[in-house]
Amino acid sequence: MTENLNHWTFVTASYVLTIAGTAALTLHSWLAMRRAETRRERSREQ
Amino acid sequence: MLAGSMHGFANPARFLKLARLLTVPLLASGVLLVAASLGWGLFGAPPERLQGDSVRILFVHVPAAWLGMGGWTAIAIASLAELVWRHPLAGIAARAIALPGAFFALLCLLTGSLWGRPAWGTWWVWDGRLTSMLVLFFLYCAYMALADAATRDGQANSRIPSIFGLVGAVNIPIIHYSVLWWNSLHQPPSISMGKSEMAPEFLWGLLASTLGFSLIFGAVVLMRMRAILADQQAEARLRRRAMEGGDD
Repeated sequence: MTENLNHWTFVTASYVLTIAGTAALTLHSWLAMRRAETRRERSREQ
Repeated sequence: MLAGSMHGFANPARFLKLARLLTVPLLASGVLLVAASLGWGLFGAPPERLQGDSVRILFVHVPAAWLGMGGWTAIAIASLAELVWRHPLAGIAARAIALPGAFFALLCLLTGSLWGRPAWGTWWVWDGRLTSMLVLFFLYCAYMALADAATRDGQANSRIPSIFGLVGAVNIPIIHYSVLWWNSLHQPPSISMGKSEMAPEFLWGLLASTLGFSLIFGAVVLMRMRAILADQQAEARLRRRAMEGGDD
């Protein structure tokens, strides 16, 4: 039995997962860093 | 000499200065390289003779595998530096690598599954390569749980995550050699030291995307190290102030 799969569905899903996941990871890390550095600055000012 | 150059960055102030300088350039160059190489992967590279268009998944799957395995190798090296040389930033580096490492290991499994369906006719097989990669993802999860528990219990310098990081490194050669040791649907390595069986139109795009994702990985690790250091410094300052208040 041969399946006639559209390869582009799998390619698109892989690229969307990779790009969205990497962007989310980067944004999460950036925000965590900004939050922590702001907290450190506040603790210095207090 | 190695220990000497490592201890050059043992001073958090010196490290932070360098990290602030590198974070954005690493991220920007990584994003540019990834955008260019994924654009090539989607629209420039030709379909492969046997695999057709599904071969384009190569440009995201291989960097994810490389970073999933490279991340744990870096955790093992940092753990060794923490245990042997008591390097003050090594434990922080290992903790900062864990989440991006776990993400890329999971991404490797997901994109591999999406590639396996059109290429092999199945989403998953319990063979050596896929199973050992899944084990790597679970190792990352366990490492993060151990490191979080140690930090929560006020034992940020606990050696248990470092020992676990070293022991878990046993899985890295198992993943690498699994396709040679056992029968597998997964193909053997196409690129080894100094030689490649890959056509240039795939090879250069793959090298660019791997370098691009590695630069983003580096930037993310720096961000996470900066966050951990800032948290520790704020925590220490608040504790000191509380003790001074208690003495009055």
